[in-house]
Amino acid sequence: MGLRYGTGGEVLRDLDFRLTNGGFYFLTGPSGAGKTSLLKLLYLAQRPTRGRIRLFGEELSEAPRESLPPFRRRIGVVFQDFRLIRHLSAFDNVALPLRVAGATEEEVEGPVREMLAWVGLADRASARPPTLSGGEQQRVAIARAVINRPELLVADEPTGNVDADMAKRLLHLFTALNRLGTTVVVATHDVGLISATPSAQMIRLENGGVVDPTGLLRNPPPRHS
Amino acid sequence: MLDWLFSSAADRRLLGTSRFRGPMPWVIAIMSFSIIIVAATGLALAGSAASLSEAIASRYSVEVADGAQNLGAVVATLERSPGVASVEPVPESEMRRTLERWLGPAAEAADLPVPALVNFDARPGTDLGAVEKRVQAIAPAARISAHRDKVAPLLRSMRALQWLAFGLVLLLGAAAAAAVVLAARGALDTHRFTIEVMHGIGATDLQLTHLFQRKIAIDALVGSLAGAAAGAIVLLLLASGASFLGELTGGAALPPWGLIVLLLLPLVLTGLATWVARMAVLAALRETL
Repeated sequence: MGLRYGTGGEVLRDLDFRLTNGGFYFLTGPSGAGKTSLLKLLYLAQRPTRGRIRLFGEELSEAPRESLPPFRRRIGVVFQDFRLIRHLSAFDNVALPLRVAGATEEEVEGPVREMLAWVGLADRASARPPTLSGGEQQRVAIARAVINRPELLVADEPTGNVDADMAKRLLHLFTALNRLGTTVVVATHDVGLISATPSAQMIRLENGGVVDPTGLLRNPPPRHS
Repeated sequence: MLDWLFSSAADRRLLGTSRFRGPMPWVIAIMSFSIIIVAATGLALAGSAASLSEAIASRYSVEVADGAQNLGAVVATLERSPGVASVEPVPESEMRRTLERWLGPAAEAADLPVPALVNFDARPGTDLGAVEKRVQAIAPAARISAHRDKVAPLLRSMRALQWLAFGLVLLLGAAAAAAVVLAARGALDTHRFTIEVMHGIGATDLQLTHLFQRKIAIDALVGSLAGAAAGAIVLLLLASGASFLGELTGGAALPPWGLIVLLLLPLVLTGLATWVARMAVLAALRETL
């Protein structure tokens, strides 16, 4: 598949790969290689301009837009710029996916408090994003992305604003989710993060294309649990 | 169907800004005020036209030039005529007062030939030709004329004004709808980021629309009730202050069903604003992925 914005050239071209259900992937590549664009395609914020994307067993490249929300609820996204709603508290930001999915306030309260405690923000639940540091905002964004136990977790530089200890905790969270069956795709330049996860597979993007010399991305081996 | 109106506190926090801040409630209030005034005027005209039309439907006049000497005989003939329900001669003094407007003091001259005028009501189906023949047997120059023929131009004007008022109400409603569309688009622009985030985590267009729809419905309800209340106060002042305006704008001329229409107008305006907001928001959201 390929992707272009407007009438410009293709930012992603001739991509052909498969993500194994329950796999852990690091997406790497130089700046401008198309990592964020590829993530947008994965979390259904963009349609490819040519080719097809199958997610959760469904062809979604040309699916009617009304059919996309249920699929989006199965995806957790950590944005590079956090994308927190400024006038909502940290609690409300983290609770959003649960509320959108129709959870009652009783069903929201416990998991959100627990998740905020896990990312070390239990005492900042009522703080609004502008009053949080960059690292705290990133943790709120991560808590929001994983609160719904997504089947696919997509993260764009999730450890860019946190210290080494928090980065380790977040990676632990991602691997724990991965062990529970979540497919994880993390775009990162953080070599420490990559080396700490030897079981993860690398997707390297260069000039809008995937580098796949072994062909393992196109034809992944069957996964054994 | 109205579950969107009772959204949770968490949902209400999503749009952040407090209510009644933007221009929406004010625009709707002005529209509601104007609609109430115009509608009341139209309804009063309709009521007055109906009353007038009903009052003169069976009313006729017999006019007899220099008929003062025949007045008694004409009245007696009319009273005996089949189908005539009531007879009411116009006193000569009243006729002279009428003539005075054109003739001045000369209208009081004793030798002035004052025409006789007799009003009468006829039951439906009365043979007016036969009545006229009987009257002409006494006063050959006598002519019967129907009041409705004389008032027809006035009634036509009143009905035209009534339709004009109805058209103005529709135009004001359309202007209010246009203002709501602009307000909804403005609200969408203001909250574009929130919408993107909500879409990204799987919110449906309907979930997002309900947030805006509720806010706009409440703004519209407050605006239309305030405008209608101001309109009602003005109408009451006009009705109590000047009788001719009272007649025009309400008071006795406004039919009972007209009052119900006026009471329903703010709710109709709120419903229109809510529906238009819903359509505008849904249409705008459909332009996104």
